[in-house]
Amino acid sequence: MAYRVHCMVCAGTGCVSNKSLEVRDALEKEVRKRGLEDEVQVVTTGCNGFCGVGPLMVVQPDGIFYQALGAKEIPHLVEEHFLKGRPVKKLMYTPPEAPAPVPKMSDIAFFSRQRLVALRNRGLIDPEKIDDYIARDGYRAAAKALFEMTPEQIIEEIKLAGLRGRGGAGFTTGVKWERVRRTPEEPKYIICNGDEGDPGAFMDRSIFESDPHSVIEGMLIGARAIGARHGVFYIRNEYPLALERIQIAITQAREYGLLGENILDSGLDFDVSVTRGAGAFVCGEETALIASVEGRLGDPRARPPYPAEYGLWGKPTCINNVETWANVSPIISNGARWYAEIGTERSKGTKVFSLVGKINNTGLVEVPMGITLRELIYDIGGGIPGGKKFKAVQTGGPSGGCIPAGMMDQPIEHRTGDRKHTVADYLAMPIDYESLTDLGSMMGSGGMVVMDEDTCMVDVARYFVAFTQDESCGACTPCREGTKLMLDILTKITDGHGTMDDLRALEEIAWIVKQTSLCGLGKTAPNPVLTTLKYFKDEYIAHIEAHKCPAHVCRELNTYRIDPVVCVERGHGCGVCKRECPEKAIFGEKNQPHRIDAALCGKCGVCVDVCHFDAVIVE
Amino acid sequence: MPKLKLEDLARIREDTRRQTFLREGAGRVKITVHLGTCGIAAGGRKIMEAVLRELEERDLHDVLITSSGCAGLCSREPMITVEVTGEAPVKYVELTEGKVKEIFAGHVVSGGIVDRYALVVGSERVH
Repeated sequence: MAYRVHCMVCAGTGCVSNKSLEVRDALEKEVRKRGLEDEVQVVTTGCNGFCGVGPLMVVQPDGIFYQALGAKEIPHLVEEHFLKGRPVKKLMYTPPEAPAPVPKMSDIAFFSRQRLVALRNRGLIDPEKIDDYIARDGYRAAAKALFEMTPEQIIEEIKLAGLRGRGGAGFTTGVKWERVRRTPEEPKYIICNGDEGDPGAFMDRSIFESDPHSVIEGMLIGARAIGARHGVFYIRNEYPLALERIQIAITQAREYGLLGENILDSGLDFDVSVTRGAGAFVCGEETALIASVEGRLGDPRARPPYPAEYGLWGKPTCINNVETWANVSPIISNGARWYAEIGTERSKGTKVFSLVGKINNTGLVEVPMGITLRELIYDIGGGIPGGKKFKAVQTGGPSGGCIPAGMMDQPIEHRTGDRKHTVADYLAMPIDYESLTDLGSMMGSGGMVVMDEDTCMVDVARYFVAFTQDESCGACTPCREGTKLMLDILTKITDGHGTMDDLRALEEIAWIVKQTSLCGLGKTAPNPVLTTLKYFKDEYIAHIEAHKCPAHVCRELNTYRIDPVVCVERGHGCGVCKRECPEKAIFGEKNQPHRIDAALCGKCGVCVDVCHFDAVIVE
Repeated sequence: MPKLKLEDLARIREDTRRQTFLREGAGRVKITVHLGTCGIAAGGRKIMEAVLRELEERDLHDVLITSSGCAGLCSREPMITVEVTGEAPVKYVELTEGKVKEIFAGHVVSGGIVDRYALVVGSERVH
């Protein structure tokens, strides 16, 4: 008998770590117990995207969205919803400041404002079943590319669509394919770059986990266009679920003859292998990645020659990012014109972003290029938690920069063309490759770390430089020494010992590293420093001249005191802070105001955390 | 598993789609079985089973089945609501398995309202 209900349980890494598999097991058990196993099907899907409220489940065909599920809620849910037809309100999602829960997924702003191309199948298929993918028109584009199009036509279509690399720099995909095709040398290789290393970014992982065949199909079409017979997946070993799902998908595609010899009787031979990356950030850079695939140390080399001419094993090689490959088959199916209508003049199509940090709706979203920061952060992201002010967004990971907003009253002087941008302009700014580069940041792979007023921008710069300094391979001097020097200066400033000379040196070193490093890692590593210096210089100066961290993040610069009135009137001198203080720096008696001895204070901030009455003031 | 040919791909697509189309939430007809306490007491579960059996026997793949709570007309249960896309929903009352068969033949498949079991055309407004 056909099922009347499909429970699409999210089993992306985020939900699995919140025990969604227990929820699934409880669901299957309860459905059997109620005798509904012929009516209700439980489907395990990949990442749904709304990671912040997981474990989650969508009940189809009604599209009811359940969130924050636990196994103990399942019996009630099954009885009420599946037996009695009453969806359970208390397990639904209520948007911030909304009066009531929103039952349907399609009515939740987080979902309704997205446009899914690369993530077209997310939550709708079981990623471990190739038939589910085929039912959603999977491998149809590949069949079209094999039987109805010449390689030149495929390349032309990708060029016309305006697809650009989704991994960072945004190079035109069709042009790259053409270059590899036209290089006379054989054999040719194609590579899927799944070495996603930016802190807070999980676009690639999510695509592998929710729809692995979309990437395989994109590569199959690419192989036909370029003339490659072998493809390589480069996926970091920290992504066990992604690796497992891509392996399953490859096995299934081979069984169906969609990989291997004479695919669909077309005469095309193409197969793939998987290389696991050991987690070095630099291996996301294409020449380092190729070295790693060849079994050498993941060191980048100078370009040219580009991989299109001299790549894997010295042969012409086309490297594209996971999301880029996932965009290929919709373009072939629907045509270049359809795709080029989405997006802006120079940036076509959609982009997947991971929204993380100080934002209500943490998760993965796919939106048209050209969407504004305001739409992304407020309409889809649900704004900043706790009524705090939006301060900045960091795009592009350690290679990107901070785009300011919110806190500043002064118009920020930044010229593109003849006009000055104001704070409001930044929020209204359409996001595409060029606008982000103009601001000193970059698209990167699509990580968006949202920061509120409690974020110290100097500390943010220090965090990212510490990351790149740690990940620098050391092959070239500017990156090896420069990132270390920048980190030392930034640490000195956050510790309260910085001088204005340090600030000048920091900026100079940043420019040198940017202009003289060997590869993309070093060339972009100074971006977090340069953008925070450009837009938040006042914060640096506050650290140096006033010895204050305006956001109270840099503890060395904080002073702590207890408001005597609040302490007595609200807290009755409860003494919790005195008990918890590891330095024994707090003095006072019950019902009396307590005080902190600044000379003894270790600035750990425990007193702030433990005080129930907000009596401890940080300055 | 033998290697696929082009036509096999289409066959797998069609076969699997029949099982998965309802995930997209769009069908030609939507049938709501009222399964409040009153509906269940009056035999709503049997009606649900009859509806699912009809789907199976008639090999229908564009009909969505859903359930709802009490519709407020407990004395006339078991009830179902049949909604053909683009048309007003029709409520059928005091059903039996036999009546479900007739409603399938007359309304779900052929598109005509089965007047003798219908209570009302249209749905109550919610304020």
